[in-house]
Amino acid sequence: METTSILPLLILGSSFIPGTLILLLREDQSSQRTFLNIFGAVAKVSLIALVFAGYMRGEDYTFVFSLAPGLNFTLRVDLLGLFFATLSAVLWLITTLYAIGYLEGGRHRRRFFAFFSYCITASTGIALSGDVVTFFIFYEFLTLSTYPLVVHLGTDKAVNAGRTYLWYTIGGGTILFLGVVGLSVIAGPIHFGQTEIIASLISENATQLAILFFLMLAGLAVKAAIFPLHSWLPISMVAPAPVSALLHAVAVVKAGAFGIIRLVYDVYGIETAGYMNLLTPLAVFAAFTIIYGSVRALFQDDFKRRLAFSTVSQLSYIALGVAITGVLSSTGAIVHLVHQGIMKITMFFAAGIVAETYGFYKISEMNGIGRRMPLTMGAFAIAVFGMIGLPPVAGFISKWYLGLGAIETGSYWVVLVLLGSSALNAAYFLPIIYRAWFCEPVQELVPRRRSGRLETQALMLIPVVVTGLLSLAAGVFAAVAGSPLSIAREIAERLYLL
Amino acid sequence: MINLPTSSLPAILVGLPILVATLSLFFRSRGKAVVGLLGSLLTAGLALIAFVEVAQLGSVIHILGGWEPPLGILLRMDPLAVVFIGMTALVGVFISLFAWWYFRAQESTNGKFSLFWPLWLFLWAGLNGLFLSNDLFNLFVTIEVIGICAVALAVLSGKTDSLFAGLRYLLAAITGSMAYLFGVALIYGSTGTLDLGLLGQILEPGKTTTFALLVITFGLMVKMAGFPFHFWLPPAHSSALAPVSALLSALVVKGAFYILLRLWAEVFGISLTYAGGQLIGLAGAVAVIWGSWQAFMQTNLKLIIAHSSVAQLGYLLMIFPLLILAPGVVAGSADWLSPAWTAGVYQVMAHAFAKASFFLSAGIIIMAQGHDHKGSLRDLASRMPMTTMAIGIAGVSLIGLPPSGGFFAKWMLLKGVFLSGQLWWAPVILTGSFLTAGYVFMLLRLAFAPARDQEPFRPVPHSLQVVALLLALGSFLIVFPAENLIQFLESSETFGSGIESIMEGGAYGNN
Repeated sequence: METTSILPLLILGSSFIPGTLILLLREDQSSQRTFLNIFGAVAKVSLIALVFAGYMRGEDYTFVFSLAPGLNFTLRVDLLGLFFATLSAVLWLITTLYAIGYLEGGRHRRRFFAFFSYCITASTGIALSGDVVTFFIFYEFLTLSTYPLVVHLGTDKAVNAGRTYLWYTIGGGTILFLGVVGLSVIAGPIHFGQTEIIASLISENATQLAILFFLMLAGLAVKAAIFPLHSWLPISMVAPAPVSALLHAVAVVKAGAFGIIRLVYDVYGIETAGYMNLLTPLAVFAAFTIIYGSVRALFQDDFKRRLAFSTVSQLSYIALGVAITGVLSSTGAIVHLVHQGIMKITMFFAAGIVAETYGFYKISEMNGIGRRMPLTMGAFAIAVFGMIGLPPVAGFISKWYLGLGAIETGSYWVVLVLLGSSALNAAYFLPIIYRAWFCEPVQELVPRRRSGRLETQALMLIPVVVTGLLSLAAGVFAAVAGSPLSIAREIAERLYLL
Repeated sequence: MINLPTSSLPAILVGLPILVATLSLFFRSRGKAVVGLLGSLLTAGLALIAFVEVAQLGSVIHILGGWEPPLGILLRMDPLAVVFIGMTALVGVFISLFAWWYFRAQESTNGKFSLFWPLWLFLWAGLNGLFLSNDLFNLFVTIEVIGICAVALAVLSGKTDSLFAGLRYLLAAITGSMAYLFGVALIYGSTGTLDLGLLGQILEPGKTTTFALLVITFGLMVKMAGFPFHFWLPPAHSSALAPVSALLSALVVKGAFYILLRLWAEVFGISLTYAGGQLIGLAGAVAVIWGSWQAFMQTNLKLIIAHSSVAQLGYLLMIFPLLILAPGVVAGSADWLSPAWTAGVYQVMAHAFAKASFFLSAGIIIMAQGHDHKGSLRDLASRMPMTTMAIGIAGVSLIGLPPSGGFFAKWMLLKGVFLSGQLWWAPVILTGSFLTAGYVFMLLRLAFAPARDQEPFRPVPHSLQVVALLLALGSFLIVFPAENLIQFLESSETFGSGIESIMEGGAYGNN
């Protein structure tokens, strides 16, 4: 703890500084902007790789800035944080490429890319936060920096979606704020991982601690889109595709899910939370959300809305895995952070490509599109198989571990939820595949954008193929050291052994 | 008190702006502006030097003309005073720069508004004097100077609505001053002294003291637009010229709060009761909810901002109950007072920066569009991104989202609420934040919405927009030195061990 390192701060700076510089550029300086974007994204990935390597050698990276007694700004590197930071940074790099292609010639790109960078700063800040207060600071910063992106198009629909988004997230933030202040008063400053502090307090302050837990959980559940606090997510789909892809599949919603993981594992501790019986309500709500999101997804014709309800459902896998105790289900929950991220981002990329290239926003319009865009829809198909849980795609691994974990603890109802959800996933995703590949087009398909012989612009096509392949690789090479699964397993084992 | 190191800085801090203001009266309109701006920069520089001096030496005093109290006048510059002086200087210098470019951009009417400069410098001298005063009568003189200058500035635009608003303002100011003076007379009659330090030692609880406390608190509440005496503020602040609105809301109302804090902590500690604290807290709580709601309901930008001030000042009143525990209640931590006053100081600073920025942004929008109906914000994000950013950042600080100064203040306030066991204030604080988010994001939503009509749009100089943005950023930057600033303030007599014993005495002495 004594060592102070500037590296965590640099990781944040690698997106914050380019974002600020982009704001200072003129709208038409697009090549400078692109340079800053790519430079920042590459720098972030490299810095995280550097820190990751150092951490594995046993080095400690902590940055502390004291704001007031008991109120510190702490960045601290641990395995779980690095895991999430790596996910954010890698997907940011890929999404930046995609966004450059997607927004070519669009309006307000300066604003877009600046706030996009701020969002990822917030997301990595959340990953590297060393204590509850710092986490909260970035959690709120994320809300604010996403807002201009949600309302980016400036249409009445977008602006109203932004309003809904804010009511939910500001409301959740306010509740979280109350919980965080209350916790800091009762328990003092808590670093993540210092679960013994709460454990030592439960005999005296059991009721207060339980209330605070549920306050914070409710605040986090908004961003994690757990029923009944999920409605903002489908509405926010009005944002441009790269935003939906990165922010509403990874950064924002994962901030909530990651927060729940931190709250249960690193603040209260699994034992204490289990002992105080705090996890049952979470399990019930998460399980209900899994089914509810899937059922709602069945009835959406708008492509992105169907994906959004699918996200609602899939995110609760993480919460459910946290709520069931055991190494296996914890592994499943943690690894699903990454697996869901790469699969869902592939889907949103594909949806964006279809919308940009052919102007199709509805699933019913997409007949025969697979034959015109084999790579895009191929990547999409991989992600679909993963979501359903077919081996060897990544999603299978998550579900397998969650299911094993449930059996291990005797929660057989969870297995039923998982199976039901898989069936529903198949029911709402397979028709898209069927239409795209096996139905004849209703009218002639005339692409609006094309680049050379490729099915769409290379900058959009490469990212979707890459993330599609990543989804496959994460499943196929799950047993290899360094795979998401192996890291998630190590995090979980450390949790239970310590 | 007397054996503190002496310094001539306190006298210069008051004297210099008066001198420059008087000097500027001999110039024509253009010269007034030049002299005024130079005077502002000089005064701000002096404030910086004063800050450094107190940081090095601790509290210093100045005895005017060598006449020692109780006969003469003593100025005391302690950490609390110098923090307020510093804040006034920082915000003041930005507003001065804004005013310089603002009046220049309206070249044709330049001469008409040039009285701004002497009035503002007199006002500044009054504020510095207020922060440095160490006796009740001096404080009265300074709030009178401030009040007169503030009313004159408020009516400077010469528009009919500002004249009516100014009249109301004047009446409120006079009522407040008279009540305050009445209380001072009562104290002087019963003790024969006006010196704050001395009064803190010799003032005995009793009917006279309680009554004096009551009228003084009433007078100051009127002056700082504490609910339910806030009626004069929205019209006066919203009808003034942009730099004036910024001055009035960022700095002027804080003067009365400063006196209230000083007197409650240093002088009347022994006479404070739990019920009294709760009552003033209740006024603050109602102000928070009512002011925010009113702001939400307004259709004119400047009225939204002005009503928001009522709410933000309510938070300041809410720190008073946290300083006085209920009889028999034990605080949650040994250090239970610190969060409450830290919240007060930070709320003052964060509001000063954010509100000044907000009013200046409103001025920019009026310059561009010719009116301030909230519809004029439509498409602002494309037309003036920098001003949109300023409104966004200042608004975030008003809401209290991290990592702004407003967040820090609310954090400390909420912590004080938990530690003092007065949990009933927590919903008010959070509801206030939520409502604030309501009107701030209503404005931002418009800024991102498409423009409906093709209204004429006059480009506004970038310099004006930069000043507003820097002030907004200021409301965030004040968080970084927080730890040092709190330590610095804790060495102050007001917030040192003095307040603790006095407040605890009050809490337990009156049951």
